[in-house]
Amino acid sequence: MKLPFRIALRFLKSSKGQTLLIALGIAIGVSVQIFIGSLIQGLQKSLVDTTIGNQPQITLKSGNEDKLITDYEDILGSITDNEPEVINLSVAADGPALINIDDDTYSILVRGFDIEEADSLYNIKESIVEGEVPESDYEVLIGIDLQTEAGIEIGDELDVLSSQGDNQTFTVTGIFNLGVASLNSSWTITTLETAQDMFGMEDSVSSINMQVTDVFAADAIAASIEERIDNEELVVENWKAQNEDLLSGLNGQSVSSLMIQVFVMISVLLGIASILAITVVQKSRQIGILKAMGIRDKTSSLIFLFQGLLLGVAGAILGVILGLGLAFVFTKFALNPDGTPVVPLFIDPIFIGASALIAVLASVIAALIPARKSSKLDPIEVIRNA
Amino acid sequence: MHNSIIELKQINKIYGTAVKTQVLYDLNLDIKEGSFNSIIGQSGSGKSTLLNIVGTLDKPTSGEVFIDGRRTDQMKKNELADLRNRTMGFIFQFHYLLPEFTALENVLMPHRIIDERVSRETIDRANELMNLVGLEKVKNNLATNMSGGQQQRTAIARALMNNPKIILADEPTGNLDSDTTETIYNLLRDINEKFKTTFVVITHDRRIAEKADRIIEIKDGKIGMDI
Repeated sequence: MKLPFRIALRFLKSSKGQTLLIALGIAIGVSVQIFIGSLIQGLQKSLVDTTIGNQPQITLKSGNEDKLITDYEDILGSITDNEPEVINLSVAADGPALINIDDDTYSILVRGFDIEEADSLYNIKESIVEGEVPESDYEVLIGIDLQTEAGIEIGDELDVLSSQGDNQTFTVTGIFNLGVASLNSSWTITTLETAQDMFGMEDSVSSINMQVTDVFAADAIAASIEERIDNEELVVENWKAQNEDLLSGLNGQSVSSLMIQVFVMISVLLGIASILAITVVQKSRQIGILKAMGIRDKTSSLIFLFQGLLLGVAGAILGVILGLGLAFVFTKFALNPDGTPVVPLFIDPIFIGASALIAVLASVIAALIPARKSSKLDPIEVIRNA
Repeated sequence: MHNSIIELKQINKIYGTAVKTQVLYDLNLDIKEGSFNSIIGQSGSGKSTLLNIVGTLDKPTSGEVFIDGRRTDQMKKNELADLRNRTMGFIFQFHYLLPEFTALENVLMPHRIIDERVSRETIDRANELMNLVGLEKVKNNLATNMSGGQQQRTAIARALMNNPKIILADEPTGNLDSDTTETIYNLLRDINEKFKTTFVVITHDRRIAEKADRIIEIKDGKIGMDI
């Protein structure tokens, strides 16, 4: 194995320009692959993140008439114990209500959270644009759109009419902006106890919400939760079932990105194969004399396989550097007005490693054709046609 | 047995499938071990074909070839490759060094083909051979950075590397000047006497041929004269 490797290395070294050209060809293929892959993955990640990043990805609701989950502590316990992928688990007590301000009535959704727990899911604290988190009962956060529409200020007391017909008074402690207009105009966030008390839920909640570490596994985890709890009255929802359009869009993107990558790799492969085929002709004299000296056909073909391997490795390393450079330049210069990158790239070491490995494999495969030619070369052809 | 190292029996060689050209006709030849033989003949007479058949690079259309007592015309390609590596050294008119390697590396190449480990003794032997052909000073030059005579002497050192029983040379001095030619032939004769290596040398130069133990003339694919 050492001799063909030595010869391959020497052949490559002796025609540096040609070697550099092939390695560069592979490198450009690899870099395009890495760049496009990282771009599409980044795009998908940011899309998924903005769409469902601050939303429950799995929700448990009651199918009962009163829409209440009573034994939620048990369910929470069973989920934390058995589903390691579940994160940001929290409960909510929700109910519709009306606010009267002057002569106008605004319809709101009162959401009672354990705010510390729910914060990790909805990112409540960071969304507060003014004021503070409610600390006592009957203190609320309202959305920025409701605030501007109704002209509410922090510290105002709101008259709230619950769906049960009870009148309550809420004190506004802060304003949030969750980035979604419908939430900003209807959600009114308060403590869990407030909502339970207001809607007469006693110790029940209306939903159990959670996120998962791998958002694309949400459906599988949801199914496993449903099976474990085995409660006919509970409905387990997951974001994938509710966002089919988004999912098919993401799928389309993945497929087209894969197609681009495959065709880039094929064109690189053909390029290497044709150049290496020429090098066999260039080196036929050397192969002929080596065979006359007793080198075996297999060894002579290994020379070209090693050339492919060496070129592939060099091209892959160069390509990874080039691709990451390209990605870096892109995130530095393709910017939104606020200075954030247009598309945040997602650098996945496994994907980059796989791209590099594929390039190396492709180069070796491309070298099979010249290797075969080299193996078949008859020394007498070379000797006779001196 | 009269210890012949090369034995050709009833060799015919026909080239081409559509248009057949017969180059060798029922040729019989014995070469004794340790002898220095020259082959002469006009171009197209079949002498190079004969040498290539002896060197197992080419196969006869019919007939039997024995090298060192082993029949080669029916051997497999890998067996032939090993046989060439161990028992034969080639010297061609156009040197055929590997231009990517230095002179010394070229000389070591036949050894590397059988054994990838190169010991101190092997390198010493290669150096000795370089001294023998008078190239100790340029042994680390790339093959392309040497004169024609130096390249041919390197090829001779390379042919000797595995201590072969036979050295086959096809017009080894064909494109060298007469002084260099003289040096090369004296060198080949010295080697023949020193190592008892069998030589089969094709030459068109009668003066050179006359220095051989035996002159074989090939004429129209047959042996014309044999002295």
